[in-house]
Amino acid sequence: MTEPLLDIRRLTKSFGALHATDDVSLTLLPSEIHALIGPNGAGKSTLIQQIAGGLAPDAGRVMLNGRDVTDLSTAERVKCGLGRTFQISALAMENTVLQNAMLGTVGATRSVWRFLTPIMQDGQLRVQAEAAIERVGLEDVAHARVSTLSHGQRRLLEVAIALTLSPKLFLMDEPMAGLGAEGTARMTAFLSELRREAPILLVEHDMDAVFALADRISVLVAGKVIATGTPDEIRGNSDVRAAYLGDEVPL
Amino acid sequence: MMLPERTLNIILFLALPLVAVIALALDEPFIITLATRAAILALAAVGLNLALGLGGLVSLGHAVFFGLGGYAMGILASHAQSFTPLDLGLFTLDGTKSMPIIWLVAVTVSAFAALLIGLLALRTAGVYFIMITLAFGQMFYYFTISWPAYGGEDGLSIYVRNSFPGLNTLDPIQFFALVFGVLAAVLWLMGRIERSSFGLALGSARQNAVRVETVGLSPFRLRLVAFVISGAVTGLAGALFADLNRFVSPTMFSWQMSGEFIVFIVLGGIGRLYGPVVGACLFVLLEHMLSGVSDFWLIYLGAVLLLVVLFARGGVIGALANGRGVHD
Repeated sequence: MTEPLLDIRRLTKSFGALHATDDVSLTLLPSEIHALIGPNGAGKSTLIQQIAGGLAPDAGRVMLNGRDVTDLSTAERVKCGLGRTFQISALAMENTVLQNAMLGTVGATRSVWRFLTPIMQDGQLRVQAEAAIERVGLEDVAHARVSTLSHGQRRLLEVAIALTLSPKLFLMDEPMAGLGAEGTARMTAFLSELRREAPILLVEHDMDAVFALADRISVLVAGKVIATGTPDEIRGNSDVRAAYLGDEVPL
Repeated sequence: MMLPERTLNIILFLALPLVAVIALALDEPFIITLATRAAILALAAVGLNLALGLGGLVSLGHAVFFGLGGYAMGILASHAQSFTPLDLGLFTLDGTKSMPIIWLVAVTVSAFAALLIGLLALRTAGVYFIMITLAFGQMFYYFTISWPAYGGEDGLSIYVRNSFPGLNTLDPIQFFALVFGVLAAVLWLMGRIERSSFGLALGSARQNAVRVETVGLSPFRLRLVAFVISGAVTGLAGALFADLNRFVSPTMFSWQMSGEFIVFIVLGGIGRLYGPVVGACLFVLLEHMLSGVSDFWLIYLGAVLLLVVLFARGGVIGALANGRGVHD
């Protein structure tokens, strides 16, 4: 039996009368892509924030790599192996692409308390940062300021920074958003390979990408997981069709 | 004319000793003292610039550290000149007239104060951070006013300038050289910090704290360490300022003092290594030229500041140098 890298147990979070997360349990197994889908307002963002550490649950536990991280901060969860990308890019906009990737290597190697050594001349970290940039195909803009990048390039940089951390699992919030057809195809191919390095919990609105990539899919509706299964099982699930996919989305 | 920022920095940096040397040749000791004053105020603002420019922490309380540095000098030197030991309760301490020891005490005390203030103030952000740092400044200000032991509101005079091994510190040009040496050393140090992994992380935390957390770093700790280094440098400047005037008073703790440091940085260019140096020199120059013209010379300074903020967001350095600073 394989141990799950991420194990969410009966997570609950309410805002007043609104049950944003209602007794949610799910797991992320080695080498899998587990997609989390659901209509707008289903509670995906709230759930992700509880996994990443931005929001404390009312009840339930978050186990990361066998360790209970429910009470740990965002930064401490990253140290436990959580690599995250954001729905809305969170980058140092005035810095270059390379500087942003270097920040990742600084975090990964815990070498932030060095005050006198020029960081951009650190050969070892630079090689790691450049390798990550090259993997996502941003090497041509490595020295450009992030503020000059396109939306799609910023998404790729988010992935590159996560790569520098060599995380044990990825938490990706809509990595395809705003990428365009060609970008989505490239990202799909990339993530398909990436799962061999570390499993991915993928929140995504692009259903083609989700059904092409996911090993398992969980459907979140009104804070509850109404179904978890393989893409075929989800396609055939009548509850999912009724609650979320509707008749207008052909699967 | 646009110059690379590095070239411009070297020119601006050498202007100060050039003025001092010319003043020496023309036998104008007052001008040397003005240049010394500019260098010390620059040092105080260079300290603040690490927190404000790179860290994005608008501290309106850096006069606390300036004042603590000043009073560290005043208290130690006053005990030395009256030959009475300083009673600290558990033990007594002899006063001293030695600058290196005074500097060490000033830096340690202000770093410790910055740690305590930072632990509280850095839990807030934006306007609340400004208000908390301001409140600490006012606490120290009113405390020294009502504390009679070291002169209270009237301040404390030190009759002879403190000593530095191998120098005659009462000679204006020698004292200037000492102060300028300290400023140069601190600028070198700050330049290194800016380009270090710590500098990268601190600057990134200013731009996007979530990004820094997501690579496993704590923005709070980064800011706290920056605030402590920043306070320590401003404290060192305070000790030098007190030695320049041979006088300390509660004014060193006033919020106007904190405001002036911010003005130096904005005038010169926020987040530019040499911004505070240019700003402080400009301020002292305007003060010298305009205070003779009118008692209300600060009106003109206000006008200059307004022009810089409206038309030259990168400050004087931003207007003269090509390329961009840390942020403009």
